[in-house]
Amino acid sequence: MNLNLSDEQLALKETLRRFVAKDYSFKTRHDIIHSEEGISAAHWAQFAELGLLALPFAEAHGGLGGNAVDTMLVMEAIGSGLMVEPYLATVVLAGGLVQDAGTEAQKNALLPNIADGSLRMAFAHYEPGGRYEMSQVSLRAERLADGYALDGVKTFVLHGAQAAKLVVSAQDGAGLSMFIVDSEADGVSVRGYVTQDNLRAAEITFNAVKVGAAALLGAAGDAEPAILRALDAANAALCAEAVGAMDALNQATLEYLKTRKQFGVAIGSFQALQHRMVDMFTAATQARSMAILASIRVASGTTEERRWACAAAKVLVSESARLVGQQAVQLHGGMGVTDELSVSHYFKRLTCICASFGDADYHLDYVSSRLLAA
Amino acid sequence: MNLDPNETEQAFRTEVRAFVEQSLPDDIRQTVLNGRELGKDDYLRWQRILHQRGWGAPGWPKAFGGTGWTALQKHIFDEETTTAGAPGQVAFGLHMVAPVIMAFGTPEQQQRFLPRILTGEDWWCQGYSEPGSGSDLASLKMRATLSPDGKNYVLNGQKTWNTLGQHADWIFCLVRTNTEGRQQAGISFVLVDMKSPGITVRPIIMLDGGHEINDVFFDNVIVPVSDRIGEENRGWSYAKFLLGHERTGLALIGQSKRALKRLKMIAKFEQANGKPLVEDQRFRDRMARAEIDLTALDITMMLLLSVDESKPLGPEVSMLKIRGTEILQVLTELTMQACGHAALASLPQALKPGWEGVPIGHIYTPPVAGWYFNMRKLSIFGGSNEIQKNIISQMILGL
Repeated sequence: MNLNLSDEQLALKETLRRFVAKDYSFKTRHDIIHSEEGISAAHWAQFAELGLLALPFAEAHGGLGGNAVDTMLVMEAIGSGLMVEPYLATVVLAGGLVQDAGTEAQKNALLPNIADGSLRMAFAHYEPGGRYEMSQVSLRAERLADGYALDGVKTFVLHGAQAAKLVVSAQDGAGLSMFIVDSEADGVSVRGYVTQDNLRAAEITFNAVKVGAAALLGAAGDAEPAILRALDAANAALCAEAVGAMDALNQATLEYLKTRKQFGVAIGSFQALQHRMVDMFTAATQARSMAILASIRVASGTTEERRWACAAAKVLVSESARLVGQQAVQLHGGMGVTDELSVSHYFKRLTCICASFGDADYHLDYVSSRLLAA
Repeated sequence: MNLDPNETEQAFRTEVRAFVEQSLPDDIRQTVLNGRELGKDDYLRWQRILHQRGWGAPGWPKAFGGTGWTALQKHIFDEETTTAGAPGQVAFGLHMVAPVIMAFGTPEQQQRFLPRILTGEDWWCQGYSEPGSGSDLASLKMRATLSPDGKNYVLNGQKTWNTLGQHADWIFCLVRTNTEGRQQAGISFVLVDMKSPGITVRPIIMLDGGHEINDVFFDNVIVPVSDRIGEENRGWSYAKFLLGHERTGLALIGQSKRALKRLKMIAKFEQANGKPLVEDQRFRDRMARAEIDLTALDITMMLLLSVDESKPLGPEVSMLKIRGTEILQVLTELTMQACGHAALASLPQALKPGWEGVPIGHIYTPPVAGWYFNMRKLSIFGGSNEIQKNIISQMILGL
């Protein structure tokens, strides 16, 4: 057992901390989220320069050969800085799927471009009416003589409108499959929107979209295990992001308790508030433990270990995030419900993390079901 | 980062597991696993067995006859022995007074007391709380006045919430040696022979009917000054030293793992609407939540154990205590709930070791209600969970 970060990881953590402190102020973020595209090309280029976009990919494909514990550190920094760039969509989800299921040709064609920042991708998987259920895919891939034709609708495609290429899940005759599709292809219409936490997502309609046979990602009809792995990795990453956000929020709240005066004293001198703050601190600590567990299991666990850890982590992290988010707002009083303070932005991001890629109830159902099997 | 045990850890775990498998007397194992009452002899037998193996004091340095184990080894030992059904080692001697004697006692005191703790010859109990001094321990009033010749203290007063003092040979007490100035600065730490004239032990029966705590009255009890630890009026700092000494505190992870395993078994056995209770989604979700919470605590513990061992843990231990006690309390509550009506029957005789009567419900049912009731103490003793929150608030958060 070794739960210490390596020297390289400690250095990465420090680099990220400095990057957030120096280059991603709340004001900078404000400008980015109100821009047309909603993400910053300049910061994305910095992500690439720092090697963050290459981190989890094999060296043969322009990567740095890292794993989910390394991306955990990046996601934590993204959480603490409330960064809105499409790291989860591009690197963890779409890039992860290409690395996991792609042919050598596909990996060579895509991963080096993701790593150098020139290609952003997204994963189009969830569908209207399917809620969080991973197997509710009705988008059709009809087999043609020289490829496939895709018909259907995908929703909550995180950073779908900011991506040049999409990984799309579909039912073909053989079962659940995945395809790599150009966002600009004929028949693809992208309706981008802003999410409650000022990230970007899209609803994407595929109308007789023709792709070649080489667009198939992984074996036909055999996409489910890879999608499960990708969604687990996404949830582990979101847990890490939530931990970063909770730490920042707790820090801000603690600072406020020490400086805000009422009745002639700092409000942090009131025991009711002290104990609330301790509960928030404890919740964040437990959440961190589960985020670490999930990342370790994504990096090197068995399928069973990985699925359990990611689901369990999402349950506990969601509950912790809800407590920390709501109570940070509460303890900030009126200031907590304004747009001008970062508190409300952290709260909204945490809320959206809890409600994406399966909420606590959805993941509890999995953990709970394992009790029947044991 | 990885959670895979390395070869040394794995070998150690295997060694402990094999030892417990082979050496834990079956009657003790049955008493523990069936939730029945452990007697003094059960604790002592197990302590002697451990001592013979050289494992009598997992927390002690080798110089004093301990194992010299790392914090992780201690954790593995605790987990393996607990889940296998071994009784806990009595903490008052091994984990509470011994570290104080090692750190602040004279060589003579160390030679006199420590070996007898190791062998189980001396059973220690604690004299901290008083009727008027619970969470506000420093307000304690039990007086120790010097005899005219300066050779002895004379103790007068009352200690309470004294655990298993009815078995004890010695008691370590915080006593007031000065009534002037800051109340923390007038406390001394003394060791008292329980056979001393003037000591009366009166049982306090707990809500589950058990006798595990007492009032202890001191009426002109003579204690040689040489049985004081360290300096006069410095006892409070010795008592506080214990806080940082025990890295794992009251996380109770081994106990909770054992409780969860047992709950899973019971939930498969109990029937609800003609099906095993575990198939009831509402109940199963509660179990799943407890399992998740316990996992988070377990990883938190591992993370704390990964921190450089030379750095004493302080307030972090308070968090382990809060979460650990809350989780075990939930598990006891779920276990009682799982047993339904049958848990409501009170069969004190069924808690005796070796009882072979017919239970109401199943063989595991009789102790579950008492266990739930009894374990409410967890969030109260050892510094109530509210006091733990005060500690975290002050020492970690700086509020």
